[in-house]
Amino acid sequence: MKKILIADDEPNIVISLEYLMKREGFEVLIARDGEEALALIEHEAPDLVLLDAMMPKKTGFDVLQAVRQKRSALKIIMLTAKGRDTDMEKGRALGADDYMVKPFSTRELVERVRRLLDQTESPSAS
Amino acid sequence: MNLPIGLVVAISFAYLALLFGIAWYGDRRARQGRSIISSPWVYALSIAVYCTAWTYFGSVGRASVEGVWFLPIYLGPMLAMILAWVVVRKMIRIAKTYRITSVADFIASRYGKNPVIAGLVTLITVVGIVPYIALQLKAISAGFGLLTGPSDPTLTEASVTWWQDSTLYMALALAGFIILFGTRHLDMTERHEGMVAAIAFESIIKLVAFLAVGLFVTYGMFNGLGDLFGRALNDPAIAQLMRFDHGATPHLYSQWFALILLAMLSVLFLPRQFQVMVVENVDERHLKRAAWVFPLYLFLINLFVLPIAIAGLIHFGPGQANPDLFVLSLPLAEGARWLALFVFIGGLSAATGMVIVESIAVSTMICNDLVMPALLKTRRFRHRRGGDLTRLLKSIRRLAIVGLLLLGYLYFFLAGDAYALVSIGLISFAAVAQFAPAALAGMYWKGATSAGVLTGLAIGFGLWVWTLMLPSIAKSGWIATGFLDHGPFGLALLKPEQFLGLSGLDPLTHSLFWSLAGNLIAFVVVSFYTRPGAREASQALLFVDVFDRSGGSEPVFWQGQARVDDLVKLSERFLGPDAARRLFAEHAADLGASSIAALEADARLVQRVETRLAGAIGSASARVMVASAVDEEPLEIDDVMRILEEASQLRAYSQALEDKSRSLEQATEKLKRANEQLKSLDRLKDDFMSSVTHELRTPLTSIRALTEMMRDDPDMPTEQRQEFLGIMVAESERLSRLVGQVLDLARIEAGHAEWHNSDVDMQAVVTQAVGSISSRFEDKGAVLEVRAGSHFKPIRADADRLIQVLLNLLSNALKVIPANCGRVVVDVVEDDDGVTVEVADNGPGISLEEQAEVFDKFRQVGDRDQHREGTGLGLPISRQIIEHFGGRMWVESEPGHGATFGFYLPRKQKDDSRAETQRLGERQ
Repeated sequence: MKKILIADDEPNIVISLEYLMKREGFEVLIARDGEEALALIEHEAPDLVLLDAMMPKKTGFDVLQAVRQKRSALKIIMLTAKGRDTDMEKGRALGADDYMVKPFSTRELVERVRRLLDQTESPSAS
Repeated sequence: MNLPIGLVVAISFAYLALLFGIAWYGDRRARQGRSIISSPWVYALSIAVYCTAWTYFGSVGRASVEGVWFLPIYLGPMLAMILAWVVVRKMIRIAKTYRITSVADFIASRYGKNPVIAGLVTLITVVGIVPYIALQLKAISAGFGLLTGPSDPTLTEASVTWWQDSTLYMALALAGFIILFGTRHLDMTERHEGMVAAIAFESIIKLVAFLAVGLFVTYGMFNGLGDLFGRALNDPAIAQLMRFDHGATPHLYSQWFALILLAMLSVLFLPRQFQVMVVENVDERHLKRAAWVFPLYLFLINLFVLPIAIAGLIHFGPGQANPDLFVLSLPLAEGARWLALFVFIGGLSAATGMVIVESIAVSTMICNDLVMPALLKTRRFRHRRGGDLTRLLKSIRRLAIVGLLLLGYLYFFLAGDAYALVSIGLISFAAVAQFAPAALAGMYWKGATSAGVLTGLAIGFGLWVWTLMLPSIAKSGWIATGFLDHGPFGLALLKPEQFLGLSGLDPLTHSLFWSLAGNLIAFVVVSFYTRPGAREASQALLFVDVFDRSGGSEPVFWQGQARVDDLVKLSERFLGPDAARRLFAEHAADLGASSIAALEADARLVQRVETRLAGAIGSASARVMVASAVDEEPLEIDDVMRILEEASQLRAYSQALEDKSRSLEQATEKLKRANEQLKSLDRLKDDFMSSVTHELRTPLTSIRALTEMMRDDPDMPTEQRQEFLGIMVAESERLSRLVGQVLDLARIEAGHAEWHNSDVDMQAVVTQAVGSISSRFEDKGAVLEVRAGSHFKPIRADADRLIQVLLNLLSNALKVIPANCGRVVVDVVEDDDGVTVEVADNGPGISLEEQAEVFDKFRQVGDRDQHREGTGLGLPISRQIIEHFGGRMWVESEPGHGATFGFYLPRKQKDDSRAETQRLGERQ
C-alpha cells in the first residue's frame, strides 16, 4: 500500500484530504507544519506528499527545497491557495512534480496522484 | 673678521639660486596645469611678504628704543585681514574680472580708465617706494658688513666711494635676478606662479630663522623669558620699554590709532601686497584661510622681538651696539657663527622677497601707466600697424626694474644713514595710504568721480611731500632745515611739522592726519560737485556691482563698428601671435562659432580684446589702443543707461528661465515621489488582494472537497456525512465573516464608513460588550471581571464601533485562555484627557516578534486551532476604529504570563484631516 503524506495547517482541509486518500486506498500520514512534514518524510518514507505552500515554522517551499537537496526522488504535489503564477514557477523551479491551486477538483487530484505513483512503478515493472 | 666674505657671498648666491630653482619648478608645473601654489597655505605665506627686512631687523631696533611701539605695524594688518577680508574679496573679484594688474590700474580703471590717474598713482608709488627699497638694501648691506667685518658693529663704512660699495653690486645682482624671475611672461594676469612659490618659501625661511635666533637668545643666552624680563625690570632704563605710556609722547592714543590705520591701509595698497593678495590669487576661497593664517604668522614672527631687544640691551649695554642688528650681533657675540649666517639668510629672504615682488609690481606700473601712455602720444607708434611689441614691453619693464633698484641705491647712498629702518618704512606707508580713499570709495560709492580722485591725490601727495618727505630729506642734511623751524618765507603757519599751527603730534601722525584729511575732503567735495562721464559711470557700475553680475548678462559698454582683422592685428602686437590666436579661438569656442573667420566683431568681442590688452599694457593704454584701431561712437550717459537696462532685462529673462526650470524640476520631483507612493500603495493593494484570495480559497477548498466526496460517494455513512456538513456550515460562516470584515476594513480605510457619533458613556459600552459575550466565557469555565469606576465623562464617538472593538478584544482573549481556569480582566481608567481601556488575559502570551505583527492584516498568532473562527482582520479593524477617533491601540505581553491589549481614547479629538494624514502615513 502506497503511503501519502498530507502536510497542511488547515484542520478541515486535512480532514477532507485524509478521507479522500483513505477512500482511494492509500495509507495516510499527517503533518501540521513544515518541520513535522520533514520529520515524517525522513522517518516514514512516504511515496508522495501533498504539500501546502503556506505553513507555519517551515513553508512548503522550504520543505520542497530541503527534500530536493537530498536528491530524493520523492513525488511532491504542491497545493496553494495563492493563484499567483510566480508561486507556481517557484514551485516548479524548486522541483515540485505537480502543482494545484485550491480549491481543486478531488477527481483531478486523485488522478494526478495516481499518474505520479504509476510513473514510479512502471520502470520497476518492465 | 667673523665669517669669510667669500663664504657669505657664496652661500647668499646659492640661496638665490635655490629660490630661482623653486620659481622655475613652479612655472613649469603651472604650464603643465598642475599648480603648486593653488593652496590656501601657499597663498597665506605669500602674503607674509609684508614682513620685510624692516620687520626682521627693524622691529627689534624699534623695540629696543620705544618698547611695545613696534606692535601697531602688525596689529594693523591683523585687523585688516580679520575685519576687511570682504573688501579684499571684492578687490580680487574686480581685478580678476577686468584683468587688473596693479593698484594704479585698479584706481584708473574704476575712474573711466583715466590715464592721468594711472600716471599720478604710479608716480606717487615710485616716489614713496624708493625709500622702502633703499631700506632693504641698507639692511642687507649692514647685515653683510656685520657678518664679514671686524667685530665692531658700526652700520656702514662711510669712507667707501660708490664704486667700491658692495651694496651697489648687490642691487645690480638683485635686479638681474628679478629680471630673470619676473618678466618672462608679459600678461600680468598670467600669474607669476613660480615667483609666488619662491616667496612662500622665503616666508618660511625668515620665520624659522627669526624663531631660531629668538629661542637661542631666550633659552641659550638667558634662562628663559622669566629670567630675561626679570633682569629687564631691574634696570629702569629697560623696564620702561614694557610700558605703553613711556617716553615723551603725550598723544598716546592718537599715535597708536594713526599707526594701526596706516598699517591697515598699507597691507591693502602697497604694490607688493596688491600683487600677491589680489593679482596672484588663484582662488577666492583661499582668502578665508589667509584671514587667520597671515595674522598668526605675524604673531609668531613678533613673539621674540621684545626678548631679543631686551637681551641686546642687557648684553651690549644701551647705545653700545646698533639695535637694528641685534639678531645678528647677539649670536655672533656668543660665537654662534653658523646661526648668525642662517639668520642673515633669513634677513636676505625678507629683503629679497620684498624687493622682488615690489619691483615686479612697480615696473609693471611704470611700463603700463607712465611709459606706454607717453609712447602712445607719439603718432608714429600708435599708427604703426603690425610688428610684435611684446619684446619692447619686456625691455621697458626690465629697464624699470634696474632703474628702481638704482634709485633705491641712490636713496640709500644719500639718506640711508640718517634714519632708522622703521622710520624709512613709515614714510613709504604714508605715501601709499593716499590711495585708500579713491580705491575703497571706488568699490562702494558710484558717485566718486575722477576729478575728485585727481584733486584728492594731488592734495594728499603734496601734503605728504611737504610734511614728511621734505623734512626727512632736510634732516638728512641735503637741504637747509631752516623751513622746518620757521616755515617757508617765515610763514610759521606753514611749518611742515606744525602745519596750520597743529602741534603736539609726532611728525608721522601729523603728516598722516593732514595728508589723509586733505585727500579725503577734497575727494568727497569735488566728487559731489562734478558729474562723471559716460565711461566713468559705466566703470563705476561694473566695479560697485561686481558681485551682482555673472557670465553672459554682463553689460558691455561699447558701441561702434569694428573689423575682426583689425582686432587680431592689435592683439598680435601686444600679446604676441600665439596668445592672440588663443584669445580669438577661445571667443569662437564660447560662441560656438566654427572658426575665427566666422566671428562677428561685436561689442562683446571688442570688450574681450580690450580686457586682454589691459592685462598686458594696463586698462588706460588698452583703451587708447582699442579706440585707435576701431571705429567707435562716443558713449553718452544715456547710452550707459540704455545698455544697463538691456543687460538687466537679459538678466531678468535668464533669471525667469532659471526659476521656470527650477520649478519644473521641483514638479518632476514631486511627480516622481507621488509615483513612488502610488507604486508602493499598489504593492500593498496586491499583497492585500493576495491575502484575501488566500483566506477565501482556504475554506472554499474544504467545502468543495467535502461536497464532491459526498456527491461521488452516495454510500457515505450518515455520521460521516453529518460531520462533513457541520464543517461545511462552519466554513461557510467563516467565509461570510471574512467578506463582511474585508468590506468593513475597505470602507474604513477609504473613508466611506459611516460613523454615528454621539456622547458615549464608556462604562455603558463596556457593560454592553461584556453582557453579550459573558455566556461564552461561562461555557469555557472562565472568569470575566470588569474594573471600572462610575460617572465617566462622555466621549464623542460611535458607540457601536467601540462595542465592536471591545468584542473583538474579548473574543480574542477567550480564544487563548485555558479552559476552566481562564481569567480575563477589563480595566477602565479615566484621566483629564481621555479614557484608557485594557483587556488582560492569562493565556500563553505573545512573543516580542509576534507583538510587532499582531496588528497586521491576516496575521494570526498563536495556536492554529484558535484560528478557525478568526479572519486575521479583527485587530487591524479595531485599530483603525480607535485611530479614527484620535486614539491609539497597543499590546503588552510577557510570554507565559498572558497578554494585555489596550486602547486610549482622547476626549478632545484631533481634527479629522490630521487623523487622516496620520493614517495615510502609516499605510505607506
